[in-house]
Amino acid sequence: MSGQAKVPNLKKLRPYGDIMDDGTVQVCFTLPVEPSPEAREAAVLTAQRMGLEQIKVATMEKAADGFSLFVIYGNLKGSVDFTEIRVLKVEAQKRSRDEIDELIKTKIGRKLVVLGACTGYDAHTVGIDAIMNMKGFAGDYGLERYQWLDARNLGAQVLNEELLKLAIQEKADAILVSKVVTQHNIHIKDFKDLVERAEKQGLRNQIIFIAGGPRVTHPLAMECGFDAGFGVGTKPSDVASYIVDEYLRRNSEPGEKKEAKPKKSGKAKPTKKKSVSKSKKKGKR
Amino acid sequence: MASLSLDQKTIDRCRELARQIAVPVEKMIDTHTTIAIERATLRLLGVNGAIMRGKQWFPEANAIIDQLHGERLLDRGVLKWFVNGMIQKKMPAAELGKQVASGKVSLSKLPQASDAEIRSKSQELVKAACKMLVERREKRDGIRKQAGDPFKPVGAQQPLIYVIVATGNIYDDVTQARAAAQAGADAIAVIRSTAQSLLDYVPHGATTEGFGGTYATQENFRIMREALDEESIRLKRYIRLTNYCSGLCMPEIAALGAMERLDFLLNDAMYGILFRDINMKRTLVDQHFSRRIIALSKIIIHTGEDNYLTTADAVENGHQVLASQFINERFALHAHMTEDQMGLGHAQEMDPEHPNVFLLEIARAQMTRDIFPKAPIKFMPPTRFKCGDIFYSHLMDAMFNFVGVLTGQSIQLLGMATEAMHTPLLQDRWMSIKNAKYIFNGARDLGKDITFKPKGIIEGWGDKVLKDTLDHLEMIGSKGMFKAIEEKAFAEVSRRETSGKGYEGVIVRHVDYLNPFFEHL
Repeated sequence: MSGQAKVPNLKKLRPYGDIMDDGTVQVCFTLPVEPSPEAREAAVLTAQRMGLEQIKVATMEKAADGFSLFVIYGNLKGSVDFTEIRVLKVEAQKRSRDEIDELIKTKIGRKLVVLGACTGYDAHTVGIDAIMNMKGFAGDYGLERYQWLDARNLGAQVLNEELLKLAIQEKADAILVSKVVTQHNIHIKDFKDLVERAEKQGLRNQIIFIAGGPRVTHPLAMECGFDAGFGVGTKPSDVASYIVDEYLRRNSEPGEKKEAKPKKSGKAKPTKKKSVSKSKKKGKR
Repeated sequence: MASLSLDQKTIDRCRELARQIAVPVEKMIDTHTTIAIERATLRLLGVNGAIMRGKQWFPEANAIIDQLHGERLLDRGVLKWFVNGMIQKKMPAAELGKQVASGKVSLSKLPQASDAEIRSKSQELVKAACKMLVERREKRDGIRKQAGDPFKPVGAQQPLIYVIVATGNIYDDVTQARAAAQAGADAIAVIRSTAQSLLDYVPHGATTEGFGGTYATQENFRIMREALDEESIRLKRYIRLTNYCSGLCMPEIAALGAMERLDFLLNDAMYGILFRDINMKRTLVDQHFSRRIIALSKIIIHTGEDNYLTTADAVENGHQVLASQFINERFALHAHMTEDQMGLGHAQEMDPEHPNVFLLEIARAQMTRDIFPKAPIKFMPPTRFKCGDIFYSHLMDAMFNFVGVLTGQSIQLLGMATEAMHTPLLQDRWMSIKNAKYIFNGARDLGKDITFKPKGIIEGWGDKVLKDTLDHLEMIGSKGMFKAIEEKAFAEVSRRETSGKGYEGVIVRHVDYLNPFFEHL
C-alpha cells in the first residue's frame, strides 16, 4: 500500500510509537548494582527478557550507592488479538444528575439510601469524599447533592460490622466502600470480610455493594463478592447511574438477579476515561 | 524577598482572635491529664521495656497505667504511686517498671511515703530526665555541626528537600533512606503504619511488617537515626529524621522522639480530632504535653493543615488553613515553643485546571511566608489531583517546586510522580529529587528579584484569603472552638466534644495532681 498511512491490524495489535506496528515501548527501572558497562549490559538483557528488540539504553544514571537507573527504548515483537478481547464492565447507562434524580422519582418514587465509608484501618478518604461529598469531583457533584439519594458519608476507619449495623438501621439500598491502602492486599481481605458478614446476616442480596479505590477494578470487586467496582477517575454520576440501573434491574423482575435485562446495558466505562458525554442517552423506555 | 502588602492590622487581629479562642481550651488543658501523658511521664523516667502479652510485646508503661486507671487513681498523677513505689521498694524506675508490669508489685497496695517525700523525689527524677533530654539534644546538635548543616528555619536558603520512605520494614526503609540522602534529600520521614495512630500504645522493638508504612517504635527510631548519622558524616550534610507525633500516643512519641534525637515531628493541635476521630479533649490535652517535650528538645513540628485541602476544596478553603495555622501557633506558644520550631503546614492542592491556578498558589504560599516570617514553613505537594498519568504528575510537582522556591518555603516535601499508584519506588524518589534540585537551583534568587504588582491578581487573592480568615476566626471565636469544630469549621468535618476515640483516657486532675514535668519542660 502506498500513498496513505497504514491502518491498525486489530488481529495483531502492537504498541505504536511513530509508525504503525513499530512496537515501540519505553521502560524505566532500577538495578541494584553500581552503574558500569556490565550494569548496562544487564539492563539490555533484562529488556530482552521483556520481549524487546532493537534495545536502546537512553540513559544509565547512578540513583544511589549500589543502584543504577535505566531508561530504555525497545520494540516489542509480540502482538495481541484485539478482536478476541472480552472484559467485564460495570453495566450502567451514563446519565446526568438531573436525569438520575428524575429516574428515581418516576420509577422508584422514594429516595434511595446510600452509605459510603472508608473501612478497616484505612484513613484515606480522598476517594469516598470525591464520590459522596456535596462538592463532588472534577465538576461532577457528589451523591449528597442528589435530591433523590439519601447519601451519607461515614468517613474513615469504619469497621465492617458497624457499617452493616448502620445499613440495617438506615435500610440502605447501596453501600460504597473505598479502600486506598493495598499493602498485603488488606483491601481485598476487608472487601471479602464485608461480603461474608453481609451474607451471614442475609443482607447480601438486599443491598448493592460497590467497591472503589485507585487499585480497584470491576473484575476485582466481582471476585470479592461485590456487585461493582470503580477505579481512578470515576465520577459521582458514574456511580449514581449504576446504583439506579442496578436497583431497577433487581426490582423489575422480583427475585431475579442482574443481567436479566441485557437491553438496558449501555456500555459506560467502569473507570478511567474522562467524562463520557451524554450522547449515549437512549430515551426513557 | 518579594512580599505581599497584606494588612498588618488584620493579621494582628487574627492573632488576637486565636489567642482568645485558645484561652478556654488552655484552661481545660491545664486541669486535665490523660493516660498517654502519664505513660510518657513513666517513659521519661526510664520505663521503656515491654512484656509479652499473647504473642506480642506490650509496653510496661501501658501495663502500669492501665492498672492505675482501672483503679481510678490517676487523677493524682502516676508519679504519686510510682515514685512512692521506688521509695518503698528502693528500686530504680526501670526495675520497678518491670516488677509492676509483670504483676509482682502492686503500686496501690504499698505503704505510702509522705506527700512531701514523694514530691521531692519526683522533682529529683524529673530534673534528671530533663537533663537527659538536654543531653540528647546536644548530642544531635553536635552531629549537625560535625556533618555540616546549612538549614535555616526561615527559608533564607532554598527549601530543604524532604522525602518519605514507607516500605513497612525498617531495614528496607534504611536502604531507601540512604539512597534518598545520596540523591540529595535533606530530610527523611518514615511513614507510619496506617493503623498506628489509633493504637493506644507504642509498639515495641524493631519491626518488619506494616501497612502503608512502618511502625513508629523507639528501636525503629534508633535504627534509622543511626543510619542517617552515618550518611550525614559521609555526605558532609546533616540528614534530618521525621516521624509522626499524632494519634493516641502523641506525648509518648514526643518523649521517644526526643530521646532518639529526631529532628522533626508531625504534630498538630487538631489533626487527630478531624482526621482520626480522636476525642477533642484527648487530642488537645495530649498535644500540649507533647509540645512541652518538643519545646525543650528544640524539635521542629510540622502541622497538618495541608490535610484540610485534601477533603475541602483548596481554592475555596484557604482561609481554613490560615485560621488553623494561627490556632496551632497559639497552642505552640502556650507549650513554650519558639517560632523557629513551628513548621506550619500547607499544601499546593488546588485543581490544576482552575484558571490562573499558579497565581493563586503563589499567593497562598507567599502569604504563609509573610504572616509567619520566623517559622520554618512546611509546604506539601499535590496529592488530590494526582493521577496515574505519572508524566503529568511529575509536571505538577515541578510547578509545586517552582512555587516553593519562589516564595521562600522552608521545608518542601517533594511530590512523587507515582503518588496515586503506590508508595515511592527508588527511582521515583530519585526523579523527584532531581526535579527539585534543578528548579531550586535555577530559580534560587527569583523571589529576591521580583515584586508583586500592587492590587494584582496575586495580591488580591492574598487579601481575600486573609479577610476570609478573619471572618472565620470571628465565627469560631463567637461559638467557641468545640462548638465550631462540631459545625465543620475545619475540613468540612464535624466532631463532638464527648465523642471520638480515646475519651475514656481523659482524666480531670485532682488539686494535688503531681507531675513536675509541667514545671521543668
